[in-house]
Amino acid sequence: MAESRALELVDLRHTFNEGTVHEVRALRGVNLVMEPGAFVVVLGFNGSGKSSLLNAVAGTLIPAHGEVKVYGEDVTQWPEHRRAALVGRVFQDPLRGTAPRLTIAENLALATQRGRRWPDLRRALSRPKREAIAAQVSELGMGLEDRLDTPIGSLSGGQRQALTLLIATLVSPRILLLDEHTAALDPKSAEMVLSLTEEVVRKLRLTTLMVTHSMAQAVRLGDRVLMMHRGKVVRDYRGPRKRRLRAEELLDHFNELRNEDLLDESAAGMLERVYV
Amino acid sequence: MNLLVGALSMGLLLSLLALGVFVAFRILGTYDLTADGAFGVGAVVAAALLARGFDPTTASIVAGLAGGAAGAVTGLLHTRLKVDILLAGILVTTALYSLDLFLMKGGDIPLSGTRALPRTAESIWMAAGLPSEGVVLFGTKVSARNLATFIALIPAAGVPVFLLDRFFRTSLGLALRATGDNRTMARAVGIDVDAMFVLGLVAANGMVGLSGALFAQYQSFANIQMSFGNLVTGLGCVILGDAIARGRSLGGRILGVVLGTILFRLLVAGAITAGVAPNALKLLTALFVLAVLVIPDIVRSRFRPRPAGAPAHG
Repeated sequence: MAESRALELVDLRHTFNEGTVHEVRALRGVNLVMEPGAFVVVLGFNGSGKSSLLNAVAGTLIPAHGEVKVYGEDVTQWPEHRRAALVGRVFQDPLRGTAPRLTIAENLALATQRGRRWPDLRRALSRPKREAIAAQVSELGMGLEDRLDTPIGSLSGGQRQALTLLIATLVSPRILLLDEHTAALDPKSAEMVLSLTEEVVRKLRLTTLMVTHSMAQAVRLGDRVLMMHRGKVVRDYRGPRKRRLRAEELLDHFNELRNEDLLDESAAGMLERVYV
Repeated sequence: MNLLVGALSMGLLLSLLALGVFVAFRILGTYDLTADGAFGVGAVVAAALLARGFDPTTASIVAGLAGGAAGAVTGLLHTRLKVDILLAGILVTTALYSLDLFLMKGGDIPLSGTRALPRTAESIWMAAGLPSEGVVLFGTKVSARNLATFIALIPAAGVPVFLLDRFFRTSLGLALRATGDNRTMARAVGIDVDAMFVLGLVAANGMVGLSGALFAQYQSFANIQMSFGNLVTGLGCVILGDAIARGRSLGGRILGVVLGTILFRLLVAGAITAGVAPNALKLLTALFVLAVLVIPDIVRSRFRPRPAGAPAHG
């Protein structure tokens, strides 16, 4: 039944710069099914394909092969802005998720329009809308509701990221995508954004796909952890295994992968010495 | 006094040109070069319609639509066919050059016998029983036509400016501003940024076309020369406007561009009175824009505050 599958990825494959020396096989057959309300954390090195996976869901990347389905609907070919009706995103760079010269209120007014293809000619910030926005902003507990007319570009990275999270979830998305969204923040802001994330995901029961470098976050958040390597899912911890999962264990697995890589390189070196 | 009223009138009508450049360069953040062509086609279309007996309002609105269409073509060339935005603007402007010559049948279009804005404004002035010999302001005489034209230009420029300001406060206007401000964010909240880009160029060049229409009527003729140098003029006015409205809200910045344009025309009037050859004006404008673009960087690199303790020559 389609309802039991909030997100379904079928055999996603994608290669960048195919046929050149810069060829990168970013996705090499990724499959994933997420039930509504599931929270999946994707871990991996740089270049493991985890960002490509997220981009394929967001619509930034149209995969060469495979399908992306949201509640049974095939959205693989939908352009990014159309996909936004279903998908909320928070980026790694806190500058990317907000429009700097627009005020806090204006940024959030845009978020209330999510999913409407053509915005209308009514006033963007009617009084009731402004009040609703102020109420939402005050829930962040950062005092920003008193600065609604401040250009968002003058806020700190942590404040902007918290607002981006609000923008992504103001109209409840079918899927929430978090792309290493605390990696660029100082530890205190990162913790603040992370606990806000936990709170909003729990409150709205959002189906969430999060990419991270942080093993501590992978252990703390979510009900399932995928480890990606070279465009494939190589480990999948769920249920009781996820709950028992510890950062040390993840680290061991990571080191295994790293050793495999080193082995590959030394093997390649040996072959080169022998044959070239 | 005629010179002052003239400078104010010219400032008002050219403020639509400057606002078109403002929308493209500052709001959309793109280097749209269509302005020259849109201004020229606006002038020619309005003149051609007036010469066929149309009223100035219809002629000006159609001219604005022609400018908007030019912007749409540039926008579509860029978003659909992936033509570089600079090249797209140049292609459209070049193509419009032929269209203008075709509409003008090779020569200039004189507007002296038509219902162009100055004449219509003057006849309304007369019909209202106002002094036909003009008015004495600050000790000098201003002709009825000049004053009536200036008064008519206040709504002619003011209404589009007002509508632009209102538009930017609507959901659609906000989506357009977000597209220029942060495309990634705009896409992520579901805005079709390509459509907004085209819409923005339509609005920008529509205003430029309208400005060209008013310019031709004010000058009482249209010719192919009107297709040159407007972009740089508009940019100069935008820069003055930025300086006037530094740090203000969008509405303040829009007003700043209008005031910047009027200031620009006053400077031009002053320069001409001081004996500067009118032929040199475009050169001076270009040098002014260049100076404003370059000098702040030079000043910054020369007088950059050094970190404490760092050697003066490191």
